Parts: sequence; structure tokens; C-alpha cells
Amino acid sequence: MDFILEPWAWYVGGPLIALTLFLYFYFGQNFGASTNFETLCTMIGAGKVSDYFKKDWKERDFAMLFVIGLIIGGFISSNFLIPNQTIDLNPKTIQELTDLGFTNVANQYFPDEIFSNEAIFSLKGFLILILSGVCIGFGTRYAGGCTSGHAITGLSSFQLPSLLAVIGFFIGGIIAVWFIIPNLF
Amino acid sequence: MKNIKFLLLGIFFAIVLSKVQAISWYRFYEMFRFESFHMFGIIGGAVVVSAMIMQLFKSEKIKDINGNKITPKQKQKGYIRTLVGGTFFGLGWGVSGACAAPVFVILGFKWLPALIILLGALIGTLIYGLVSKKLPN
Repeated sequence: MDFILEPWAWYVGGPLIALTLFLYFYFGQNFGASTNFETLCTMIGAGKVSDYFKKDWKERDFAMLFVIGLIIGGFISSNFLIPNQTIDLNPKTIQELTDLGFTNVANQYFPDEIFSNEAIFSLKGFLILILSGVCIGFGTRYAGGCTSGHAITGLSSFQLPSLLAVIGFFIGGIIAVWFIIPNLF
Repeated sequence: MKNIKFLLLGIFFAIVLSKVQAISWYRFYEMFRFESFHMFGIIGGAVVVSAMIMQLFKSEKIKDINGNKITPKQKQKGYIRTLVGGTFFGLGWGVSGACAAPVFVILGFKWLPALIILLGALIGTLIYGLVSKKLPN
């Protein structure tokens, strides 16, 4: 039981993510997560404003079940499988964030400065989340994939576009944490 | 309900991502600061093991459940599309600590902020759908 409740090491994560990819393909589908944003847009009627979304979402019912599974799995994890959300973060990282004004750094998965009710009900906090979301949605669709589709499926099948996309992910991520976060907090 | 296996696979994947902390804002911050091996080990490990699995698919040693050859979809080519699109995604990922699968997992942890990120992602997808024909490749 201890193994279930303690954090899992990085070398457990990689192979289990690969197992997920394996089963997804074995079940006859292409592994990826960000196409689901498109499917959700189609389901809520985006086909009325753009032909891009005129698709039959029922062909992707399996993916919607996967998404529902992700939510259920998140709920199970947060309520039953992670009694202690403390993260073994690099002390240097903790210091940097503390210097920026973050409190309780790495005592839980999500910082209060971005995820607490106080943060999200402020204009700044709301804009941070929604604009990040817009970048995620626009960026994954333009690039043609996310961490699952490009970094894992694409790189492991040696596709050049995925290598370029991952370089892009890091350019964006580095700008975000080195330049944007320090100016936001 | 032959697709119920995808529901179970989603639950499994969410538990894996949660337990290895690959949904934590702090872990991604630390990764983009290059101050920890943790996330690189996870993603790198996933890629290496997946590359071996891809070889089994390619050589047809393993076929899918219906007996068909497994071939991953070819990604769209184009330098601008992948680099610029990737950079946008990286910006959103770096600031919010959420990527496409974790945003749904985070709904099970912190539903309201995750819902705002998801709403943004759908708006971003909609914008892409509206302008996709005009964007350079």
C-alpha cells in the first residue's frame, strides 16, 4: 500500500506513459491529447462558425471517453492516492519562487498564487489562466500536437515535425518561466 | 460499449501523471529552469520505451486489436507551423503549468482554475479554426 500512496519516481513514470501509448495504439487509435480540444469545439457547435469544425464527433467518442477517464483519474488521485502533495523540488527553485513572493512553495501541486480562489477571482489571475489556455489551444492546433502527440508519439516514431515542435515548446516554456513569470509576480 | 477500455485507460493515465507529479505547476517551472532531472527523466524515459514499442509496430511483430498494422499518423510538415505553434503552446504551458492531457486531470484536482484554462484552450482552438487557412505553414 505504501507504494500506491508515495510519490512515484521518474523511472516509473516513463515506462507507464509508454504503456499508455502502447495500449492506445493497440486499441486501434493514434495517441494524442490536443485533438480533443477540436472535438469539444465541434460538440458545442463550432461547426456553425467555421467549416474546420464540421466533423462527426461521434467518430471520436473513444477519445471523449478517454478524456472523461482523465477527469475521473484526477479526481481519484487527488482524493485517495496522494495524501501528501509535497514536492521534492530543487531548493534553488524554491528559493527563486520565494524571492518572487510565492508562499508555501512546493507544499502542494498547484501554487495558491495562480490556482487559489483569491487568485482566479482577480482580473490578473483570471487573465493569466484564460490567456494561457488560449495559447495552449491555438498553439497545439497550429503545431499539430502537444506533449503526448509530438513529444512522445512523434519523437518516438522519429518524425522531424515533432522535433521542431518540441523545440518550439521549449522556446515558449523558457520565455514563460524566465521572463513572463518574474514580471507577473 | 466496446470503447469503455478508453475510459479505463484514461483513468490509468491520469493516475500515472498524478503520481509522478507530471501535472504539477512546480515540476514544469523547474523543468523550464533546467533545475531538475525529474521531468526530463519522465519524458525521456517515455520516448525511449515508446521508440522500442514503435519498432515492434513497424516490424508488425505487434498488430492492433483488429489485426491491422499499427502506423502512427504522419504529423503535418512545416517549419513555421511547428516552431511558432509550438512556441505558443510552450508559453501557455510554462505560465499555467498545464498541457493538453493534464488540463483534464487537473479538473479532478482544482476544477475551477482548470475549467478556465480549458475554456481558454477551446477559445484558442476556435481562433485557430477560424484563421487556419490564412496561416503560413
